[in-house]
Amino acid sequence: MSAPADDRTEASTTPVATSDGRHHAVVFVALLALLCIAPFVLYPVFLMSVLCFALFASALNLLLGYNGLLSFGHAAFFGTASYVAAYAAKDWNLTPELAILLGTTAAAVLGTAIGALSIRRQGIYFAMVTLAFAQMVYFVALQAPFTGGENGIQAVPRGRLFGLVGLDNDLTLYFVVLAIVGCSLLLIYRIIHSPFGQVLKAIRDNEARAVSMGYKTNRYKLAVFVMSATLAGLAGATKALVFQLASLTDAHWSMSGEVVLMTLLGGMGTVFGPLVGAATVVTMQNYFAGFGAWVTVIQGAIFVVAVLLFREGIVGVLSRWIRKPL
Amino acid sequence: MQLRLVLATAAVALLSAAPALAIDVKIGVLNDRSGVYADLSGEGSVIAAQMAVDDFKAADKGINVSIVSADHQNKPDIASSIARQWYDQDGVDAIFDVPTSSAALAVSQVTKEKNKVFIDSGAGSTDIVGKSCSPNTILWTYDTYALANGTARTLLKQGKSSWFFITADYAFGQALERDTAAIVKNLGGTVTGDVKYPFPGSDFSSYLLQAQGSGAQIIGLANAGGDTVNTVKQAAEFGITKGGQSLAALLVFITDVHAMGLETAQGLLVTSAFYWDRDDGTRAFAKAFAAKNNGKMPTMVQAGVYASVLDYLKAVDATKGKDSKAVLDWMKANPTDDPLFGKGSILANGRVLHDMYLYQVKSPAESKGAWDYFKLVDTIPAKDAFQTVEQSGCTLG
Repeated sequence: MSAPADDRTEASTTPVATSDGRHHAVVFVALLALLCIAPFVLYPVFLMSVLCFALFASALNLLLGYNGLLSFGHAAFFGTASYVAAYAAKDWNLTPELAILLGTTAAAVLGTAIGALSIRRQGIYFAMVTLAFAQMVYFVALQAPFTGGENGIQAVPRGRLFGLVGLDNDLTLYFVVLAIVGCSLLLIYRIIHSPFGQVLKAIRDNEARAVSMGYKTNRYKLAVFVMSATLAGLAGATKALVFQLASLTDAHWSMSGEVVLMTLLGGMGTVFGPLVGAATVVTMQNYFAGFGAWVTVIQGAIFVVAVLLFREGIVGVLSRWIRKPL
Repeated sequence: MQLRLVLATAAVALLSAAPALAIDVKIGVLNDRSGVYADLSGEGSVIAAQMAVDDFKAADKGINVSIVSADHQNKPDIASSIARQWYDQDGVDAIFDVPTSSAALAVSQVTKEKNKVFIDSGAGSTDIVGKSCSPNTILWTYDTYALANGTARTLLKQGKSSWFFITADYAFGQALERDTAAIVKNLGGTVTGDVKYPFPGSDFSSYLLQAQGSGAQIIGLANAGGDTVNTVKQAAEFGITKGGQSLAALLVFITDVHAMGLETAQGLLVTSAFYWDRDDGTRAFAKAFAAKNNGKMPTMVQAGVYASVLDYLKAVDATKGKDSKAVLDWMKANPTDDPLFGKGSILANGRVLHDMYLYQVKSPAESKGAWDYFKLVDTIPAKDAFQTVEQSGCTLG
């Protein structure tokens, strides 16, 4: 009732959908062009960290923004994949693509196990259950002999992609990371705009109604949980190679909190929101490092302002201004 | 307008001409400025670095030193990306301090890759100069072996031979217990038992009761920071030290004692590389330092930053340049000498050898004023205090 204009865009299918696709395509291409130029202006390692977190936040957004499930334990997948990839690259001397693949698979397996148990609960209970599982993963990371305890797995070799291309050059690695993250974001975009994605949104908006229409909502929820966990794992595994280390930070609960912050700040339930949120938070952590103790204070203040003034997040507000979903 | 331009050009020309062969050195102080280690490193380490630059009279010797600092929030990934950025973009030549072993190992790795200089003061893992050692890394102040060794050796010499450990169950705590227990057993002592608790802990009562019941003469605390403070506080409530047992905290900084207060901490045995009230040199430094740091006395980590910056600048001055290899070779070839750590040397694996000290925390009656906390129990000479290169497992040199 409140926004009849929106209802109309949702209702009329084909013509608006193509126009949506067009302006999304424009943004995608512009973003890609920007990211291709960026490493020549900005510091590539910093950009890679932004990209990894953008993927991580987008993975969470798939679950939170499009299925309404607030997972407070996504660091478990991010961290697990990061440890597995680092271990595979360092101790088994696997090539980077195999290490990333193995890390991502580990996150997918873990996501299936944790997801199958957590989706039985809803709302705050779901959040607490995922947090509890993430804490278990954290303690495994702290205690297991292969994770190196609080020192983490250090000095992970970046190796040669497919055994051919050396990744020690930051620029080369940057474009590999850009390819990984870019493809994943397109995949997420495809998932959101597929019939499957429509069902997810239906479940988010009114689960009882989706059930009454004959959808087995638990299967959908599990599927999207595993997808989200897998993509979060891909982000973690890639990050392990970028920074050449896997550490407890990746599996700590504050990482789960940080990624929720990125998603909310950028705009939950928007395609580009998590990217903007991740870029904002990582930029604050990197460029404000000189402010010392004030970094966390500034971060907190920005979050408070965001919650008070623009609850839809940065991209959510933009999208309201231009009256198009972003 | 034109006159101003001419004047400005002349001024620039004069300034750049004055020190004939000026060397621009940029050093980075990377540490915890907002978390649990902010008190023992933090801004104080930056002050210490600046004091070293001033005391060395670097500008008079034609070395222009600028200092940058940042907060790594005790996260290795943030530490590594700041270090990378400093080396790649900001032209930083050497990084100092870096508490938290995981962050230190990450910075050591980046430094090796970029062939720069990293002198750590805040971290204590023996891995930094052991199996993960690097030709570009020097570990100045302490390490877990030196802490374990310092405490155990002296206490056994005093006939305190039975030990019980309360250990934080993670790599740092386990390493500390393992190293200490090995020394205790080597010297003929006994370990009556141990209890490992999940880190971080807050309620230590049951562990303390076990320790009390074990009848051991010494209760070794293989933990750090807030955990140690809590254990000591609760031990005081149980009256453990009054019952004849002694608490040996394996890693305690003077700021921890300051936080606990003497009433609680009295009698605690502490191994340290530095205490401000040791001799005239340390007192003079501490006085000047406290004046700039809101009256807080320097910790051993901050003292280590001062001494290491001083030694680095000496090397830059002696080699007339800042080539990493030349500077590091000079530092390892020449003895260290500064007012805070005295004479010492640097091993091939980067371990700095200097005397270590075992202190006991004074009772409130013995203390003459603020920060008068420690009395000396024993001095561990440099040659006995640390691991040799062979023991460390480092393959360098």
